[in-house]
Amino acid sequence: MLRQPLTRALALSSSSRIAPLGVRRYAEALAQPEKVEVFIDDKPVYVPPGTTVLQAAAMVGVEIPRFCYHERLAVAGNCRMCLVEVEKSPKPVAACAMPVMKGMRVKTTSDLTKKAREGVMEFLLVNHPLDCPICDQGGECDLQDQSMAFGSDKSRFTDIHFSGKRAVEDKDVGPLIKTIMTRCIHCTRCIRFASEVAGVDDFGTTGRGTDMQVGTYVEKMFLSELSGNIIDLCPVGALTSKPYSFAARPWETRRIDSVDVLDPLGSNIVVATRTNEVLRILPRTNEEINEEWLSDKSRFACDGLKRQRLVTPMVADSRGNLTPVEWEDAIVAAAHAIRDCPPNKLVAIAGELADAESLVALKDLVNRLGGENVCTEQYFPMGGSGTDLRSSYLLNTKIANVEDADFVLLIGTNVRFEAPLLNARIRKAFIHKETDVAYIGPKVDLTYEYTHVGDSASIVKELATGSSNHEVLKRLQSAKRPVVILGADQLKTSEGSALLAFTQELALRLQDKLEDKEWKVLNVLQRTASQVAALDVGYKPGVGAILQDGPKVVYLLGADAGVVTRESLPKDCVVIYQGHHGDVGASIADVVLPGAAYTEKRGTYVNAEGRAQQTLPAVTPPGKAREDWKILRALSEVLGARLPYDTLDEVRHRMAEISPSLVAYGDVQNNNYFAQARVLAQSLQKPVSGKLDVQLKQLEDFFMTDAISRASPTMAKCVQAVLKQKQSPY
Amino acid sequence: MLSSLRSGVQGLWRASSRALQTTSTLQHDSLFVHRDTPEDNPNIAFEFTPENQQRIDALLAIYPEGHKRGAMIPLLDLAQRQNGGWLPISAMHKVAELLSLPRMRVYEVATFYTMFIRRPIGKYHLQVCTTTPCWLRGSDAVLKAIVDATGCEVGGNSPCGKFSISEVECLGACVNAPMVQVNDDYYEDLTVEDTKEIIEKLKRDEKPKPGPRSGRFASEPLGGLTSLTEEPTGPGYGLQDGLKA
Repeated sequence: MLRQPLTRALALSSSSRIAPLGVRRYAEALAQPEKVEVFIDDKPVYVPPGTTVLQAAAMVGVEIPRFCYHERLAVAGNCRMCLVEVEKSPKPVAACAMPVMKGMRVKTTSDLTKKAREGVMEFLLVNHPLDCPICDQGGECDLQDQSMAFGSDKSRFTDIHFSGKRAVEDKDVGPLIKTIMTRCIHCTRCIRFASEVAGVDDFGTTGRGTDMQVGTYVEKMFLSELSGNIIDLCPVGALTSKPYSFAARPWETRRIDSVDVLDPLGSNIVVATRTNEVLRILPRTNEEINEEWLSDKSRFACDGLKRQRLVTPMVADSRGNLTPVEWEDAIVAAAHAIRDCPPNKLVAIAGELADAESLVALKDLVNRLGGENVCTEQYFPMGGSGTDLRSSYLLNTKIANVEDADFVLLIGTNVRFEAPLLNARIRKAFIHKETDVAYIGPKVDLTYEYTHVGDSASIVKELATGSSNHEVLKRLQSAKRPVVILGADQLKTSEGSALLAFTQELALRLQDKLEDKEWKVLNVLQRTASQVAALDVGYKPGVGAILQDGPKVVYLLGADAGVVTRESLPKDCVVIYQGHHGDVGASIADVVLPGAAYTEKRGTYVNAEGRAQQTLPAVTPPGKAREDWKILRALSEVLGARLPYDTLDEVRHRMAEISPSLVAYGDVQNNNYFAQARVLAQSLQKPVSGKLDVQLKQLEDFFMTDAISRASPTMAKCVQAVLKQKQSPY
Repeated sequence: MLSSLRSGVQGLWRASSRALQTTSTLQHDSLFVHRDTPEDNPNIAFEFTPENQQRIDALLAIYPEGHKRGAMIPLLDLAQRQNGGWLPISAMHKVAELLSLPRMRVYEVATFYTMFIRRPIGKYHLQVCTTTPCWLRGSDAVLKAIVDATGCEVGGNSPCGKFSISEVECLGACVNAPMVQVNDDYYEDLTVEDTKEIIEKLKRDEKPKPGPRSGRFASEPLGGLTSLTEEPTGPGYGLQDGLKA
């Protein structure tokens, strides 16, 4: 079965379509056919054959207006806005679908072109309601902008019979997307996104001619983890954000570039704020991570930043109730508990949203007090090379390069919900490059077809030792660019170290035989945004053993995953919680120190591929909350173990001392020492017998996974809506 | 008062003198979204009959592997015929399942083509052509006769449930105008009497004779041929002597 429509397969085989920008190192070095010369407004440009007129024009900086064309989607050619005059052509041609021909002379400013655009615009506006004042797209609307730039200066539309414009019923596609279908101009971008990128074929056009509607025909929620992207794609106000509806105009908001922390990929985002309130989060293009998409959790969980917040320091009173106090009292109370505690009984646990600055400060503080017990919530086996070699716990292939893989083996990871945009990359490779996917783990819907090898851990062993007779092994061995992705969740079981050892063995066996010596096969997909930085800094992964020693003070740095419970601690143990949400961690705390969320601080986060990126403060922390490293710095002062940094730059200087990669913002390094890790892991290759299970199986599991998304009403609505949709026969 | 009268008159004059055009709002007689009804909802099972299953196998065999979706329209048509002339949503689901396609792709096709009818209709679907040639030849009277005889509104079903009337555009039988299509048959060269007779027969579930009612065999001139009346000349006619064998 063809994975893409035939028209697309034929028309879009040019490599420039698949990798829009030249960021990809491993793009096929095909023999480049001879370039053809075309003239855009008499400016000569050489382009490869198969380039469209619109792309050629973009190369010389001539932008042709468009609605339906989108560089990451198939060409539809149905809005006609990109009509341009081509010399010797009897009528204007659609630039988005017209391949260039030798010596073609395109006129994008001629009278014919202008008239064509004006005509198209007039037709589009005939049935578009004039409701810009109450439309949420106002100010960032392509139709508005282009009708200003290319439309007629006068209207011929008079409704002399008061018959009204075409009206279309609104669709209900869930709690995230608001539809006002009368505004739809039938560009079909949402349909193409749903079918090509999201892999959920629920949108389509029904009816024909003037009765054509874009929608789902039956009432159905858009069951995708990437659904919010159709809001950005919609060139008009037909699809707008439901949580953001009627909230603000784009020119009223301040936009701050930042980084998402709700999944391990570190998607680049723009935080739009007004009056010290995060109104919405939009994706920011980064070809190496998220392209221009964003997952629904990253986009819509931002209303969780306003709820359940810790706004004041708190100390448990004599009856055990947390009571608001001043910072001095809380810091003194915390310092008192820590000072009374022997260093080996002090345990610091970092949670999933902790930034590298606070991780470093906390570790330095504990070390200065003579303690060693700093750990993360997520487990990672310490056998073999453990976390000493970065290659053992990172996505070594790198996110963008996954597109170039020809075979992907997923071991115990539901990529679709653990890292939605990585899954979108795999799907892109599956669709456009005939990449095949095999999967070991419980059956889940990954939005593309895969070979289900089974769910038993022993399959990994058999593949690694070469004793498997499954066809996947042959496919892996014959692949030129195989990728093996192991879910970090699998490592927390007792068989985790063996599983990692076997995965390393398998990946390196494959890697050794590759012609492309730069290609990395081994990938471990972490689950959280803080884990890589924590391991880089030297945190011990997992809390299991440390808690059994009966700690006297537990310092939780945003640890909300619930791995520490009051029952697992001795009765007299003091729990200090530093974080931004009143979630699992704060509920068991004796002292609460309110910290800042990722939109409120300059923090460094290292994503799953080992790329350090920083968030920028978009709003100030609420109430008395402070930046996390500053709280630790203040605490160290009271403890008499002063941390030697007073400014963020000094903290970062300290981070650079620990690992230069922590401050190499935006860069990602190639990992090495695979062979050494493999040798050290040899002894760990013990038989495995367990079954692989993934935590996030269904869409409803995806929305609420951390303190911020658990506090978000929108995410709660999503869960309800998905569960309701599952009851529906459609 | 005089001035207001003048402005009113001017307004009228202006409205009628400007060369403005608007299209009248056309509302299609069918919906392009699905609404569950007792007759049409996804809980009503739809299965193809064994005979139709054989036809489906034959149809699918025409299309190469990977392009089975080409059989969608024939399959939908089979489903519609099996289901008494209309296409329930469960039949669309069945077709999607047979072709392993997303359901939306089937909905798109079923809503695009006007000959797929997505609401319950009567046993006899009367499609009255009212496009210009038929209209000039009296299709309005034919339509009125049908409406009166069946008691059924245009676009609706008759109270007895046996008839449904659609006003349609040209069905390509202009030479035999006016005409009516009943299910798969054309009834042409109709008069009001002919129409009434056809409806009466259909009411008794007898099949009226399809074709022209004027005594013509097909679309030849009613009064006999007016040209090309002579015997056609044989081969070699007008050929120069040198080329004759």
